[in-house]
Amino acid sequence: MTQPTYTDFYTLLPYLILTVWTCVLLLVDLFIPRGRKGITAFLAALGIAVSLGYAVTQTGIESAGFSGMVTLDGFSTFANILLLASGLFGIALAYGYTKRMGIERGEYYTLLLFSLTGMMLMAQASDLIIVFLALELLSIPLYVLSAISRKLTSEESGVKYFLLGAFASGFVVYGTALIFGATGSTHLVSIFAQSASGSTSGLLLTIGAALLLVGFGFKVAAVPFHMWTPDVYQGAPTSVTAFMAAGAKIAGFVALFRVFSTAFPAIASDLTDILWALSALTMIVGNLTAISQTNIKRMLAYSAIAHAGYILMAFVPYGNEKVAPVAVAAGLFYLAAYALSNFGSWGVVIALEKAEGKGLEIEDYAGLAKKYPALAVAMTIFMLSLIGFPPTLGMVGKFYLFRSALAGGFPGLALIGVVTSLISAYYYLRVVVNMYMKEGDPEVEREPWLGFTTSITAVITVAASLVPQFLFMLAYTAVLR
Amino acid sequence: MEFLLQPLTLLTFLPLVGVLVLLFINAEQKAAIRWTALVTSLVTFAASLWVFSMFDKSNPDLQLEAKYAWIHVAGWNIYYYLAVDGLSILLVMLTAFLTPISILSTWKAVDERVKDFMIFFLLLEVGMMGVFLAQDLFLFYIFWEFTLVPMYFLIGIWGGPRRVYAAVKFFLYTMAGSILMLLAIIFLGIQAQNTFNLPDLLVRLPDMYATGKIPAGVQMLLFIAFTAAFAIKVPMWPLHSWLPDAHVEAPTAGSVILAGVLLKMGTYGFLRFNLQLFPDATVQAAPWIALLATIGIIYGAMVSYAQSDVKKLVAYSSVSHLGFVMLGLFALNPEGVAGAILQMVNHGLSTGALFLLIGMIYEQTHTREIKVYGGLWKITPIFGTLMLISSLSSMGLPGLNGFVGEFTILLGAFGSKAIGNPWYAGVSALGVIMAAVYILYMFQKVFLGPAGEITHHHDLKDLNWREILTVVPLVIFMFWIGLYPKPFFDILAPAVEKLLSALPL
Repeated sequence: MTQPTYTDFYTLLPYLILTVWTCVLLLVDLFIPRGRKGITAFLAALGIAVSLGYAVTQTGIESAGFSGMVTLDGFSTFANILLLASGLFGIALAYGYTKRMGIERGEYYTLLLFSLTGMMLMAQASDLIIVFLALELLSIPLYVLSAISRKLTSEESGVKYFLLGAFASGFVVYGTALIFGATGSTHLVSIFAQSASGSTSGLLLTIGAALLLVGFGFKVAAVPFHMWTPDVYQGAPTSVTAFMAAGAKIAGFVALFRVFSTAFPAIASDLTDILWALSALTMIVGNLTAISQTNIKRMLAYSAIAHAGYILMAFVPYGNEKVAPVAVAAGLFYLAAYALSNFGSWGVVIALEKAEGKGLEIEDYAGLAKKYPALAVAMTIFMLSLIGFPPTLGMVGKFYLFRSALAGGFPGLALIGVVTSLISAYYYLRVVVNMYMKEGDPEVEREPWLGFTTSITAVITVAASLVPQFLFMLAYTAVLR
Repeated sequence: MEFLLQPLTLLTFLPLVGVLVLLFINAEQKAAIRWTALVTSLVTFAASLWVFSMFDKSNPDLQLEAKYAWIHVAGWNIYYYLAVDGLSILLVMLTAFLTPISILSTWKAVDERVKDFMIFFLLLEVGMMGVFLAQDLFLFYIFWEFTLVPMYFLIGIWGGPRRVYAAVKFFLYTMAGSILMLLAIIFLGIQAQNTFNLPDLLVRLPDMYATGKIPAGVQMLLFIAFTAAFAIKVPMWPLHSWLPDAHVEAPTAGSVILAGVLLKMGTYGFLRFNLQLFPDATVQAAPWIALLATIGIIYGAMVSYAQSDVKKLVAYSSVSHLGFVMLGLFALNPEGVAGAILQMVNHGLSTGALFLLIGMIYEQTHTREIKVYGGLWKITPIFGTLMLISSLSSMGLPGLNGFVGEFTILLGAFGSKAIGNPWYAGVSALGVIMAAVYILYMFQKVFLGPAGEITHHHDLKDLNWREILTVVPLVIFMFWIGLYPKPFFDILAPAVEKLLSALPL
């Protein structure tokens, strides 16, 4: 056992800062009186901001730490920045909402931070043991957060998420065990080295990889591992849902990208068909089921499922050496675009939500444009972005995703992708129809941080679609090798 | 920031300045909002005249190019690239010309949410200009899809009773075509090392076709994907079913722009992209497109005759008229293509005028049923006169613009090698006669004969100065093109010739 060096710590710097901060915050929170937990929120946000600052300074730096268990590269930096920004938005959305709904507790923010550290560790993990550790670290606080409002629906949501999540973790452990059995290692690079040399049991390895896929598929809500999503998204407090929908999806995909592109390129031919089917099923089932939803939370839940399908679609050709960089870059790019419209649209949902789960039907949006034009414009931008319509980042992102699928030689999958996008336009437009073309008298909660989140995400969604070079560059340098 | 000062950038984004101003005007100050929108669109029109004054008619190539690297990172090669040539200049002018006229027509008709209306309308103008000027497929696609959004709101908020249905149908139907084009654009981009700009593609593609890097079958598939987007927009039979709904439900100004400009985006798309990017497939497909066009001409005319609603009648007549345009385009000879481009303009003028006039009478009576009118001529002679001229222009009476366009198209179609069969032209010529039948039938029922119930009960007023001012510019052009079309053909000829010289005929 060697002594940890400076490099080890530097590799994990943003993660370590946030972890320490969270532990300290847990203690500090004891001295913050009830009813003034807004202070905890600000402190939590400050911690994220500091960590974010360090994550940004790591741009372009590559290193490995703790005997290669964790990696710092463009990929992990991109993911860290994205995750930390998601954390900030998550806190901004929760600030007023938790007060209003009577669930304002200090734990809310510390749990959110702990979950965030798990997600960041996931982004840097280069060993399956760390992947599992990160998976649990990010999941367990989310289970608690889902149940935090102590209402029946919220508790049901928490328990459901926990039971199915634990089940999925089991798949990851089992998969890891089989892979270790096949290759004698849990380290991603050695797994690849072993499998490429042909000295492994191919079947065992493939089964192990498939089991990992089940676990990750659960986290990103891919069909057929999506059953929990609508119930959990609907039952959990909306601010938790917003954070979970972005954060857990980013973390799940980051793990999937990292593990599969690093460890399993050699068995890509076996896995491609599975990924293809998963992606196609996810796009079709997610979008078709979303049509019949009348509750906006459930609709957005199915939309979240559908988007997992689009990102998977771009990743299908990961085994093709020429296309693999594009596949990962497109996925990351789209995750950023998705996270923006995700937080924006959930922010609008929060603005309209009333106590006792009122104000969550799509019909409740009738007349929004007349009374609150800015909010309606923002929601329209998010809906257009989720459809993949200009002038929004969602359009540029989908362009990138389809390009990956076409370049990889999967025109059929791309065709399913565009056709399901067309289907999705129908249900996203229903929100717009209600806002602009129906009469109604909606009530909106005005909270500064909520307004900030919806407006800034809307502005970035449009502006970044016109000047996307920076994001393209960032995603492209994040390519895994 | 130099690109902001390029003439074509200014022309495209000037309406956006108006939008910004509008954002700061209180929604209650309707007069100020209307004037701001009108002035913005007039300034844009002035800019289009300025662009036209710099346009060199004898030059067949792209002109006034504004070409700047836009997304040039991570292996992308996307340009901000606007340019104009003989194929598009008339349509650009038409767009700039029809927008202020449409805005003027809403002076009384739109009284609710005026601010939103004007914002959407000016945004729509940005989109339309962009479609006609963009020379990079990525940029083009953005403008192309973007036009859907404001139009969707215009129909859905200010439309008739079934407006929501019509708006959603319009959006989804059009998007269904564009997504296939999107895949084709991406595929082309991949094949050409991430190049999306049209001139570069036109240099690279012949090689790729010749070496079999893109086999003939794939070229045909790409052609079909682009065709899906454009044919729905035109709309070609049998993809026209969104059109009557959208037209009937849209507010007057929306109908004018829809018929006048948005449909032309489809035919222009064929002209700019299908004909140039996929030459072999174009020649191969010409007879089939001609067949569909001919069916559209006859079908549109027959269905028009069966309508009891004046606006629906004019809407279906568009299916017929756009059929002529398609027939002319795929005749693939100078007469056919030039006639088709001119006919795009003609249709914008005459159908635009018809929709404007129908809207004016609808504002007073709130009905468009043919059977309740009758004997209008005696009460509203000015309205009647303008309607008569527009109707005659629409049905192609010699001396008015419609005749010039349709005659040239039929001339081209008769002698077309690409279509290879004069029967299409022969049958299509029947469409001209049928147009006379349904237009005159409508005119007779509405304006002549005994007074109908509406004519009796309502205290109908003739057009006021504003309404006359709205239609008269259109009428002037109807006569101008009808009597002396040479300057217009002169603009088209060099570009058309260059376009056709690249086709394997």
